[in-house]
Amino acid sequence: MIDLTHITKTYTSGADAYAALKDVSFSIDEGAFVAIMGPSGSGKSTLMHILGCLDTPTTGTYRLDGKDVSAMNDDELAGIRKNKIGFVFQAFNLLPRTTVLRNVVLPLVYANVPRNERAERAKKALIAAGLTEEHFGHLSNQISGGQIQRVAIARALVNDPALILADEPTGNLDSRTSLVVLGTLQALNREHGRTIVLITHETDIAEHANRIIRLKDGAVVADEQNVQPRDAAKEAALYV
Amino acid sequence: MTTRDLIEETQVALAANKVRSGLTMLGIIIGIASVIALTAVGQGAQNSISNSINSLGSNLLEVLPGAARTIGFGASSGRGTAQSLTPGDEAAIASVPNVAAVSGEYSGRYQVTVAGANTNTTVDGVDAAYAAIRNINMAQGSFIADSQSLSLSKVAVIGSTVASDLFGVNATSTNLIGQNVRINNMQFTIIGLMATKGGSGFGNQDNEVFIPLKTALQYFAGNGNQFLSTIDIQATSQASMTQVQNDVTTLLLQRHNISDSTKADFSILNQQDLVSTASSVTGTFTTLLAAVAGISLIVGGIGIMNMMLTTVTERMREIGLRKAIGATSKDVHTQFLAEATALTFIGGVIGVVLGWGASYLVSLSGLVAAQVTTSSVLLAFGVSAAIGIIFGWYPARRAAYLNPIDALRYE
Ligand SMILES: Nc1ncnc2c1ncn2[C@@H]1O[C@H](COP(=O)(O)OP(=O)(O)OP(=O)(O)O)[C@@H](O)[C@H]1O
Ligand SMILES: [Mg+2]
Repeated sequence: MIDLTHITKTYTSGADAYAALKDVSFSIDEGAFVAIMGPSGSGKSTLMHILGCLDTPTTGTYRLDGKDVSAMNDDELAGIRKNKIGFVFQAFNLLPRTTVLRNVVLPLVYANVPRNERAERAKKALIAAGLTEEHFGHLSNQISGGQIQRVAIARALVNDPALILADEPTGNLDSRTSLVVLGTLQALNREHGRTIVLITHETDIAEHANRIIRLKDGAVVADEQNVQPRDAAKEAALYV
Repeated sequence: MTTRDLIEETQVALAANKVRSGLTMLGIIIGIASVIALTAVGQGAQNSISNSINSLGSNLLEVLPGAARTIGFGASSGRGTAQSLTPGDEAAIASVPNVAAVSGEYSGRYQVTVAGANTNTTVDGVDAAYAAIRNINMAQGSFIADSQSLSLSKVAVIGSTVASDLFGVNATSTNLIGQNVRINNMQFTIIGLMATKGGSGFGNQDNEVFIPLKTALQYFAGNGNQFLSTIDIQATSQASMTQVQNDVTTLLLQRHNISDSTKADFSILNQQDLVSTASSVTGTFTTLLAAVAGISLIVGGIGIMNMMLTTVTERMREIGLRKAIGATSKDVHTQFLAEATALTFIGGVIGVVLGWGASYLVSLSGLVAAQVTTSSVLLAFGVSAAIGIIFGWYPARRAAYLNPIDALRYE
């Protein structure tokens, strides 16, 4: 599904150039659950933005479902983001002055989902992400950091995208809620065949994926299968 | 994204910053309201001038002695000072085709007195036909008859202002017929009181005294002086006015033995010319007012642009996020354009209502009967919507073509 060959990303500001990604190549199959690990500043978010068609690589090719993304125009890219990809960002995830429910409804609005289906689907996604009805009407500045992250996950799920890109989705969550979120992602992966790319710097979290790619200073330093991924649902059950 | 979604998003966005939205709208409100109110006042002034010209009489032509004069500017030798029109001219004009009525006039200002009161006013010697030509209605008694002119009777018809000046404020409700007044120290008997016409503009008939033309020529014009100060002509219809004017010109040139029409010793004032000249003057005036108001509209539009640019900068990350979850550049463009247009449209509606209210107040104050025209309302709406689109376009475009990741990262 995802095919990266010799991807580099160089940020230039004036005379200075900074290589955030240096010759990154790998493929991700449809239905995979991949964790991307690496220390802070190693280029994980940069990579995710490229995977999500939000940013373009400086050199190299990125093929998504066999199609060269760099050859696509603005509208085609927007179409991919709308129909194929669900994002959870590391920071600034929700629209300000907007209710939790409206935040999750919005991708459906842009995807032209009929009005009467929207609220239903948004509520299902919110409940799947572990939120309760009482928060649906809250504004984005009236909920906790962990809740914001979960609303972002609900929003990424709501349109049933084939690919979910999550940048530190459990960064602000306690371990029990982290497991709920991971469980949701694992279920989506196993039961619905969704491809998931999870960015984290915690080994505990990464071990829930089937494959772990390690980045360091903008380059891939390890890429291994995780034969026995941890099962978030079972772990969560122990918390009772 | 459906239209309804767009409206919802716009509503939320504008409500999120009510004070700023309100202040921005204020620019448009003031602009639109002033366009509506000022054009209404201009239109009202135009109507009132046309009305007062038409109240002078219908299908009226006035022959004035002296060289041809231009309407408006251009010096003229004062009416009556040149001596070229005679009662013979008047009689000849009466037989021109399509002339409905003719009346000569001999006028001057004289002291009019009764016991205990006096006033200095215009005394106008006229024929019986004058009443019909000038739409004069009587409150008491009757107007001058031809027989009274022939017999050089010393009778007078007075206007209501003259009546109250001479006989006190309640004079018009008492019977004045048969009372005596002295005009230039000659005794006259009142035979009629004219109905109040409401004076504005050209010559206030309420403040005039009418006496028979021949009487005036006999007693006021001095020794054997037989020159008229004006000849009033009423044409049978508006369509025949030009023909009558041409025929009278030819006739008088002939009678005065003048072959070069540029050397004419008289001039003819056409009521229709007067109306159109006055309309063009007030039209220019209205356009000027509208232009001033239009400038305030443009200033309001720039206010909108300024606010939208600020909004785009403030909502940079929001725009990035919207694009990340599937908004196309067009969606973002439409949304920001909708916000700008909504501001001007709502501002436009409020502005029209306020402008209407202001016109109503102006009318109530009695200065001028302001008239709000449908075209000015439509124009105002069109202009306000256009301003929204024009001044919203650039900020919306800026928002739409932002690179999503740059927008998301914006600080
Ligand atoms: N717009 C930019 N301009 C210049 N340099 C940038 C820009 N964005 C990122 N970088 C640099 O690229 C490197 C990688 O950044 P990135 O955000 O991908 O790190 P990360 O792996 O996600 O880190 P973290 O775990 O802290 O989120 C960093 O050193 C950062 O300073
Ligand atoms: Mg990061």
